[in-house]
Amino acid sequence: MTTKREKLVLVGNGMAGIGTLEQILKLGGAYDITVFGSEPHPNYNRIMLSYVLEGSKTLEDIVLNDWSWYKDNRITLYTGTTVTRIDAASRQVIADNGIAVPYDKVILATGSRSFILPIPGSDKNGVIGFRDIADCEAMLEAAGQYRKAAVIGGGLLGLEAAKGLVNLGMDVTVVHLMEDLMERQLDRNASAMLQAELERQGIKFAMGKQTVELVGDERVQGLRFSDGSELAADFVVMAVGIKPNVALAQASGITVNRGIVVNDYMETSMADVFSVGECTEHRGVCYGLVAPLFEQGAVLAKHLCGAATLPYEGSVVSTKLKISGVDVFSAGEFIETPEHVVIAAKDEWKKTYKKVLLRNNAIVGAVLYGDITESASLQKLVKQGAEMTEEIYAEVMGAGCCGGGTKKSASVEAMADEEIVCGCNGVTKKAIVDAVTENGFTTVDEIKACTGATRSCGGCKPVVEQILQYVLGDGFRESAKQGICGCTPLSRDEIVAEIKAKGLRSGKEVMNVLGWRQEEGCSKCRPALNYYLGMLYPDTHEEESESRFVNERMNANIQKDGTFTVVPRMYGGVTTPEDLKKIADVSLKYNVKVVKVTGGQRLDLIGVKREDLPKVWEELDMPSGYAYAKSLRTVKTCVGSQFCRFGTQDSMSMGALLERKYERLDMPAKFKMAVNGCPRNCAEACTKDIGIVGNDGGWEIFIGGNGGIKARLADSFCKVKTDEELVEICSAVIQYYRETGKYLERTSEWVERMGLAHIQDVILNDEDNRKQLAARIDFALAQVTEPWQAMLKNEKARNALFETVKP
Amino acid sequence: MNTTMQEYNVGSLEDFLPRIGRVVELGGVQLALFRTSEGTIYALENRSPHPKGGPLAEGMVSGCYLYDPLYDWKIDLRSGEVQAPDRGIVKTYPVTETAGQIKVCL
Repeated sequence: MTTKREKLVLVGNGMAGIGTLEQILKLGGAYDITVFGSEPHPNYNRIMLSYVLEGSKTLEDIVLNDWSWYKDNRITLYTGTTVTRIDAASRQVIADNGIAVPYDKVILATGSRSFILPIPGSDKNGVIGFRDIADCEAMLEAAGQYRKAAVIGGGLLGLEAAKGLVNLGMDVTVVHLMEDLMERQLDRNASAMLQAELERQGIKFAMGKQTVELVGDERVQGLRFSDGSELAADFVVMAVGIKPNVALAQASGITVNRGIVVNDYMETSMADVFSVGECTEHRGVCYGLVAPLFEQGAVLAKHLCGAATLPYEGSVVSTKLKISGVDVFSAGEFIETPEHVVIAAKDEWKKTYKKVLLRNNAIVGAVLYGDITESASLQKLVKQGAEMTEEIYAEVMGAGCCGGGTKKSASVEAMADEEIVCGCNGVTKKAIVDAVTENGFTTVDEIKACTGATRSCGGCKPVVEQILQYVLGDGFRESAKQGICGCTPLSRDEIVAEIKAKGLRSGKEVMNVLGWRQEEGCSKCRPALNYYLGMLYPDTHEEESESRFVNERMNANIQKDGTFTVVPRMYGGVTTPEDLKKIADVSLKYNVKVVKVTGGQRLDLIGVKREDLPKVWEELDMPSGYAYAKSLRTVKTCVGSQFCRFGTQDSMSMGALLERKYERLDMPAKFKMAVNGCPRNCAEACTKDIGIVGNDGGWEIFIGGNGGIKARLADSFCKVKTDEELVEICSAVIQYYRETGKYLERTSEWVERMGLAHIQDVILNDEDNRKQLAARIDFALAQVTEPWQAMLKNEKARNALFETVKP
Repeated sequence: MNTTMQEYNVGSLEDFLPRIGRVVELGGVQLALFRTSEGTIYALENRSPHPKGGPLAEGMVSGCYLYDPLYDWKIDLRSGEVQAPDRGIVKTYPVTETAGQIKVCL
């Protein structure tokens, strides 16, 4: 029916170009598409390189379009290939390796590169920009080999690079030409607060310094400044700015100023050649942030698909710094001049700063530091150039305690359909509204799954919520309430109360009676329900092993290659030569890859094959160490009074006693203990769920410590005189945690949620309650069995779980 | 090389525990077989489509979906399709049941 499809060639395999292609594909544009990229990777989220550096994401995590996306959309992709020329006469795009592709339309999205200061020494080894995966990898590598890093440039990128390098253990100094950090986005007040916070986080600063030379031999050894002073550094990151990649456009005779010059429909001076993204100059402006790229791409995609579109008239840019614990936001104009009316609030105690600039009563700019909850609405107000009103003032500056909801949705209502809500993934307001109305979505998670909005940095979540609220109207509050998972709106407490009130006995019953959205639940709610049921009915609940996480079902820890680790119990961290010999023999026989001493004072046999697990357990003939379970892991001990000259209490015996008493019982999350023989605290009671410190007259008990992802020092709970009191208090604390904790909630979070004083009150000041809690845990403890032995005796389960069927 | 499909007998329904995966090796391919609560058996290649790989057999089965054990991706047992927001596909193999015997085609 149609004639031959037109050939579209995209030069540049990054976010701007691929974002445009995605829009074209969505609009049903009928093109044969070819993509050229200089990097060897598929399209990835460049904004998130900071997270890769920081370690919270891997390179795989930030890929936006994997190889199969190109295949699925029948796009011919040349990676590692740089286009050198567009030949308008023969209408061909020509690459460095000789490939020539004919075109009907060309999109240039060649992006930009780090601007490297033209000073002596900038070509030395150890000097890089911060722009792509290769730079990121160079930084990760340098952190392993060198100590002292300098980052030139105190802007967004420089600070993110600096924080990443600090996290990697380097000694980092940020060298900045100006007196204020991020002076292009922040005003002096916010900048000073930012610098103080970053210094607290370990970054050093050399402000007002102009670098004139990089010194060293082949590798850089330091920086020399214009005032003659020097700074030692064996690794230098240049983050002073970006430079549009315009070589291809220049070589092809396309008009180039700072960037490739385009009109309001992204057309360059060459017929049928367009340009989007950081390589582009529109009305004299080259953008270096993500939102404009998508806005340009949206206009171009419509233009190329013959759909009606408004011209691109430039973008209002806003900035967010992606450093954890430092929230900075700015949009529009921020440096005040006499023509501005300034609304500012600085709170040095809460460490927050807020400023809104008005011109002729229109909101033209904003700066937020510390608390950026209003960033989404301010960004919109700035973009709209909204008139300041009493309502907006109250909403933004937080005067009065009511209001909120309806007013916020009003600004969402005013938002244009085509406005990009999620800058990372280029999702428009309309796409979100459509997703909600067409699919009946009621949660942000559903919108995320369908459209990708909020999926990357999450900064747009408040706006997505507001859109959801606006579309659903009154239906929002009720239906969007988030329970323990997407299957239910009920909270932990409501579910436990319903189970008790209705006498529900199994996970299946709970889901049926309480109206689960997904009939058989999900990987979040099923283990939780299994725990709550077991906690409520310790003697009668039938264990639902199919609802356990892999590790708890297999009684071993799965590793990324599918092998497992085995950790036998060593009560109080004490073993015997006989046991060690057995562990050594079994490790040799079953080809254990690594034998590792764990953080909890025992041995971890890593790399056991699934089918060998039962044999390993049988031959070890030791109890499971529960290294995989939401249960008591270890009781760490010091040597104590049996041998140590400082010891005042027998910590090894007490540790073993407590470990034997509480092992195998399910808890909301993993649980660690420690017993110390004296206040020197060699077994580190302060980072344990229950930490016990011996002293001359008895024991001091600490609770709620955590050394993991969110470190927290344990709180002193009480002091006791006798061993019996110690055990009773431990029993009561553990049982109270079991009965009130949310599944997966560690005691560190539980203590903060419940309040230390409250827990002390119900356990220390209420003897009756304490004794009942202790009796209930003893009843529950009487029901537990050793899982490895149990599995060896259950032939059917053992075969099904561990044997490979080989017909 | 034999390119025709071959049927393998992998046991009876009772050999599979409800909602718990089982590893089966056929002609050099490792499969993960899952029995749903309705008693249907599905056969997938025992390899996560996640870039880091890893097994599937130890995952959690809910209805016709599998939550993979290492990365918690949600996978449709019927088609092998990874559910949004993640993307990917697992190879599936046809399963038939005759006279109480489960057979997988490879």
